[in-house]
Amino acid sequence: MIDPRLVLVLSAVLFALGVVGVLTRRGAISILMCVELMLNAGNLAFITFARMGGGPEAQIFVFFVMTLAAAEAAAGLAIVIALFRLRGTTDVDEINLLKW
Amino acid sequence: MLKLIWLIPILPLFGVAINGLLGKRLSRRAVGLIGCGVVLLALLVSAGAVLELSRLPEDARHFETSLGTWIPMGPLGDAGTMTAIPWGFALDPLSAIMILVVTGVGFLIHVYSIGYMEHEEGFARFFVYMNLFMAMMLTLVLGSNLLVTFVGWEGVGLCSYLLIGFFYDRPFDARTGLSCADAGRKAFLVNRIGDFAFVIGMLYLITTFGTLDYRAVSAAIVGGGEAHHAMLVAVGILLFIGACGKSAQIPLYVWLPDAMAGPTPVSALIHAATMVTAGVYMVVRMSTLYAHAPEAMAVIAVVGAATAIFAATMGITATDIKKVLAYSTVSQLGYMFAAAGVGAWTAAIFHLMTHAFFKALLFLGAGSVIHGQHGEQDITKMGGLKSKLPITFATFMTATLAISGIFPLAGFFSKDEILWGAWSSGNKVVWGVLALAAGLTAFYMFRLTFLVFYGRYRGDPHTFDHAHESPKAMTVPLMILAALSVAGGWIGIPAVLGTTFFGHDVNAFHHWLSPVVASAHAEGAETAHAGASLEFALMGVALAVALAGIGVAFVIYRKREGAAAAIAARFRIVYAMWRNLYWVDEFYEAVVLKPFYAISRFFAGFDRFVIDGIVNATGIVADIAGQILKLFQTGYVRNYALAFLMGVAAILVYLATV
Repeated sequence: MIDPRLVLVLSAVLFALGVVGVLTRRGAISILMCVELMLNAGNLAFITFARMGGGPEAQIFVFFVMTLAAAEAAAGLAIVIALFRLRGTTDVDEINLLKW
Repeated sequence: MLKLIWLIPILPLFGVAINGLLGKRLSRRAVGLIGCGVVLLALLVSAGAVLELSRLPEDARHFETSLGTWIPMGPLGDAGTMTAIPWGFALDPLSAIMILVVTGVGFLIHVYSIGYMEHEEGFARFFVYMNLFMAMMLTLVLGSNLLVTFVGWEGVGLCSYLLIGFFYDRPFDARTGLSCADAGRKAFLVNRIGDFAFVIGMLYLITTFGTLDYRAVSAAIVGGGEAHHAMLVAVGILLFIGACGKSAQIPLYVWLPDAMAGPTPVSALIHAATMVTAGVYMVVRMSTLYAHAPEAMAVIAVVGAATAIFAATMGITATDIKKVLAYSTVSQLGYMFAAAGVGAWTAAIFHLMTHAFFKALLFLGAGSVIHGQHGEQDITKMGGLKSKLPITFATFMTATLAISGIFPLAGFFSKDEILWGAWSSGNKVVWGVLALAAGLTAFYMFRLTFLVFYGRYRGDPHTFDHAHESPKAMTVPLMILAALSVAGGWIGIPAVLGTTFFGHDVNAFHHWLSPVVASAHAEGAETAHAGASLEFALMGVALAVALAGIGVAFVIYRKREGAAAAIAARFRIVYAMWRNLYWVDEFYEAVVLKPFYAISRFFAGFDRFVIDGIVNATGIVADIAGQILKLFQTGYVRNYALAFLMGVAAILVYLATV
């Protein structure tokens, strides 16, 4: 049996990786993937807490998060496709029209 | 007819509506017919109503009607009674005379205008303004309370403004550089000063007595005894300041000479015969109040007499035919106020009426002279027009004799009654000043007549060849007014003459008016019988002074070529003083207008830099803040994400520490 605290550390490491990815990657798809990573790091933390005695509510939350992640991916990818058609690129540094 | 008096002020409004809405599409003939027709209707209704009034017994000659309550108010005044101001009209002997003069003279001038304005632009506009003026003037004289009168008072002021500035795009006075529109504005603004005092006077009255109805106010004053004496004096003077503005008395007379910028029929109707006499009418209407405020009457007498002589001197040197008449009007209005000031109320109204006849005639005659010479107004460029304009000359001469007070023309009787009123009430100084002014009047009027009609023509000979008598529409009113100038005085023959020559008092005018002014004491003329010989002597003196004035004018302007110039050179200072009108306009410019402009400029600067500065500073602060904050809006998703992350981190740290 693995120590649940180690799993929480893994979750935190995955979350941090996701954050770094969101902040450093330039491709829109990569950023979306990093967001997925952060969400799944959250899921991992939830089920760990469930395992540690948090009760079933934590597991139910995971289902919500997965549904939300699917919807977010659908919407996000749709935006990326629209952007690519419009600008011919998915580089977020090129997409900065909305500013002063 | 008596029940229809509310219709009298409304009839001319139909002319305003028709000509105002359709005037541009109607022919000039139709416009003129409508404009004159409505005034004729008003004249007929007025005549019918006055006839019916005269059939009533003397003490019952008062008829009131109301178009309903105008301003309902709460309890007001000492008695605390509920107050409501009705839109009321009243006909009594005083307003009867006024409506007959206004509609009668007004109708003649309307007819004359058809001829005078035939070549002018804005023919329909002219008649719209004139009809509106008639409506307002009739409201003024028929109003049964001060507030309705005040509506007419302001309305005639508006029409005066509109008509003075009728030729709004033309320059008017070279000396002051005014345009016609400026002259209209000047009249309007000077009148505002007087009206301000008038309104304050009305407010005093209504807060004290709880009513503005003439009869009710008079009754309250008579019933109140000495309790309100100080208030009555204050109100009397405030109302008189209003009258000073409207009737061109010192110190507010300056607008009237410039009012000559209007077309000549306007000068005749508004600035000679009717509107400018509104102040005299109002003072006589309030005679009960003034009788209980002798101090206010003294002010009126002094101002009136001073204006009479002051304006007469300015008339001597004026060279514009209409300006001579304008100063003459100011002077004659001074006469009327002096009469009211010494308590000779009927004499004031009598002179108002005869003056309306002969001054309207003089102005219309002047208009005919101007019309006949295609717009020339400078009398130094006229002369010898007697043969070219025979009808104009004959009628003008009649009016000149009448205004000079030559027996037996209208001006003689009315002027004599004023002079006798002044003497018999003990105001011998006023009498002296007025007698001197009568001499000056005769002098400058004959100077005018000699310069215009006698001698040789001094202008462009071409103009003289083309000078022509005016059309019938103009000459017929002249002749009718001439007849009135001759005979108009015969209804007011002084008691002393009546008893001497006819065996009984034939002063119908006096008897007609006496119920109206009865509560304001007996006037000087009542005591006349004691000093019949004295009155004859004074009459002789007045006549002699007038004849002397004529004689001097004859010598200077007919007998001796160049005498006028020599005298002007001899008394250079006096001449310059009169020629420049005592520098009153310049004085007002320096003392009133310049400081006013300076204050205005200061406040304009304060507004622009301080008030606007605060407003603008608020905007600038927001703008600068926005300029800085907008830099955070980079458009890079990663910047936002970073900021979001840092925000979440900050919240977490906060939660962890709390």
